[in-house]
Amino acid sequence: MENNTQNILIVGVGGQGVLLASELLSEVAQMSGLDVKKSEVHGMSQRGGVVSSHVRIGKKVYSPIIPYGQADIVMSFEQAEGLRAIDWLKKDGKMIVSTTRLVPPIANFGDVHYPEDPVGEMKKKTDNVIAIEADKMAKELGNIRLVNTILLAVASPFMGFDASVWQEAIKRLVKPKFVDINLKAFEQGSALAKAGV
Amino acid sequence: MKKLLSGNEAVARGAFEAGVKLAAAYPGTPSTEILENVAEHYPSIYCEWSPNEKVAFEVGIGGSLGGGRSMVTMKHVGVNVAADPLMTFSYTGVNAGFVFISADDPEMHSSQNEQDNRYFAKFAQIPFLEPSDSQESKDMVLLALEISENFDTPVMLRMTTRVSHSKGLVVIKDPIKLGEQHLFDKNVKKYVMVPGHARARHSYILQRTAKLAEYVEQSPLNRVESFGSKIGVITGGISYQYVKETLPETDVLKIGIGFPLPLGMIKKFVDSHEQVYIVEELEPYYEETIKAAGMISVKGKEFFGREGELSPYRVAKGFQKAGVISEVKEAGYDPQQLFPRPPVLCPGCPHRGLFTVLKKLKLTVTGDIGCYTLGTLQPLESLHTCICMGASIGNAIGMEKVNGSEKGIVAVLGDSTFLHSGITGILDAVYNKSNVTTIIADNRITAMTGGQEHPATGHTLMGQETKSVDFVQLCKALGVESVRTIDALNYEETLKAVQEEIEKPGPSVLITNRPCALMPKRVYDVPYEVDLELCNGCSACFRIGCPAILPSKELTKKHRPKAEIDATLCTGCTLCAQVCQPEAIVLKQQPEGVK
Repeated sequence: MENNTQNILIVGVGGQGVLLASELLSEVAQMSGLDVKKSEVHGMSQRGGVVSSHVRIGKKVYSPIIPYGQADIVMSFEQAEGLRAIDWLKKDGKMIVSTTRLVPPIANFGDVHYPEDPVGEMKKKTDNVIAIEADKMAKELGNIRLVNTILLAVASPFMGFDASVWQEAIKRLVKPKFVDINLKAFEQGSALAKAGV
Repeated sequence: MKKLLSGNEAVARGAFEAGVKLAAAYPGTPSTEILENVAEHYPSIYCEWSPNEKVAFEVGIGGSLGGGRSMVTMKHVGVNVAADPLMTFSYTGVNAGFVFISADDPEMHSSQNEQDNRYFAKFAQIPFLEPSDSQESKDMVLLALEISENFDTPVMLRMTTRVSHSKGLVVIKDPIKLGEQHLFDKNVKKYVMVPGHARARHSYILQRTAKLAEYVEQSPLNRVESFGSKIGVITGGISYQYVKETLPETDVLKIGIGFPLPLGMIKKFVDSHEQVYIVEELEPYYEETIKAAGMISVKGKEFFGREGELSPYRVAKGFQKAGVISEVKEAGYDPQQLFPRPPVLCPGCPHRGLFTVLKKLKLTVTGDIGCYTLGTLQPLESLHTCICMGASIGNAIGMEKVNGSEKGIVAVLGDSTFLHSGITGILDAVYNKSNVTTIIADNRITAMTGGQEHPATGHTLMGQETKSVDFVQLCKALGVESVRTIDALNYEETLKAVQEEIEKPGPSVLITNRPCALMPKRVYDVPYEVDLELCNGCSACFRIGCPAILPSKELTKKHRPKAEIDATLCTGCTLCAQVCQPEAIVLKQQPEGVK
């Protein structure tokens, strides 16, 4: 009965814009006439800790948290955080990850280490990893914050909403002076998705 | 019209639709956004950040007695602070409706404990309502105020982090039309709780609870969802959603009012099912009450646990253990053991300078609640206690009293925390001749909760300019002779000041004077960079724990990584440059005319 509920987990590090991505996605769902719930935890996580946002879209959604291991899509703003969240991914689910590396200060001490190649480790586990140099693309477009929109664009074909709905949601939620650049980022991300990165 | 709102946003909307006139709070995760939303969207409501939850609660009582519907919001531990007025307000009852929000934090996402405040309602003998999503969060504010007025009682709305911070679709309506305002009447038998009057009011409370017990049997807030199953589940709050997710076609008794529980309705439900399970987060509050009423066949905590948050997975595993379901969907991939990523002090945070000094001096530091609590983590590791708001000063005094008056104990607390509950601690230090040094880490904002105003910022929640407390004058007036301000990002100055103050007899107060690096304005100066020729890999800069300082790929002869600075994160605070012996950390672009 809840087979038609789409579960999207968005993860990253505090300050990366994870929450805006889930806002945009929720707006798209709502505009498409579906029920939507999203859940995240604020507070300590704002200070460079792990941030995750659960978005669930369907006819009727009960729990705001995705049942463990049942995410259709995990979208990660950071390589190692993608790897950390891989157990939330469904067997045939998609892992969409920015190749961004954020090494925390704690990894400079003792025996705590940031993995050499998190994307490579994920690829060993599943063929469904889509790694994007979203950071580089965003910087080229002129704003690191665009990682958000680029990742959503890459994920969008797996969610089944029209491009026009995404565009409308961007117009509604993004500050007017950033709308055009976000639309451009969405276009570039979609092109990547179509090219089957 | 439907809008996607968080539980907190929905509560703010509910207050507006219910005609609330006054809202007061002290910020605290996960409750903070309620009043921020009131201030931002509903200017018809007078709202304020009070210095602490007790004052907020008392202001709310005043609002109610004065004839305006009132709302007070706080995190779960805030109710401890407000417990004094709460317990007696239950006796007097209200004039206009009064609701307070207790936002509990199961799992302790951002709290020092995970106390279950449902017991507070039972303790105070007042009804509490438990929403399970955003729509109910809004609806229940309106209902709580109605119940408050109909039964002459304060009402608690018990939220949890998942309800407060999850978003869902909410039907937006116009504000209701309220009847004529009843101004305060000087009914001293109702409002002056001297023993003679209070005894009568205690009897009234018992009658009120009896009437509420009848009401909850009829209230639409408690409902049975029937599918004709052999087993049944009693649940409420967020747990209801997890139960529906797991067992969508099983009979459910959903509790909307948790005190008093509808025991008649529950008895009927238990009698008509082969087995009834109780799914509730944290303590066995329903379970104990239901079992105490003689329904000992119900089962709950043995399957679902009493620590942390529940989740669809945990609830499913519980029902599997109970033999209700045979299989639980498991994760497709194994969990990964990775490095931890704890929260850290931001780049440019003035607290980093303070803790670098406290670490150097190897002092015992009693701590408090705020961003600076992060000073306990690697690599700073220089905060050694954290109990509750304002506890640092009393803790330091007590430690000193049992260990002799040797200096070396320092209390650290923030500006907002000091104003919340630290002033009385200083008073104790002066009055009882303590030698403790208190450091007020004043970053001019309530930072941990996201940047709220307080009585020393010069602005109110409603955006008006106002007086701002002068910490130096205040501490002097309390009787502290040695009070001085320091720049915590000046390492030598701070080191010297702390050393001097801990040597002086009598209580001392040091006040750091740098604003928060993020709020209200982002502090951003010319970033620094590492001269790799000069860097000797000593790691002194790593040990200040700044997220902008990373190990470079370049190694020293001894294979130790040299340092590298992420220019996009560096705020140019200079602390790392000050601790760098070989002076390898230098300004990135040296603008002309600057040193």
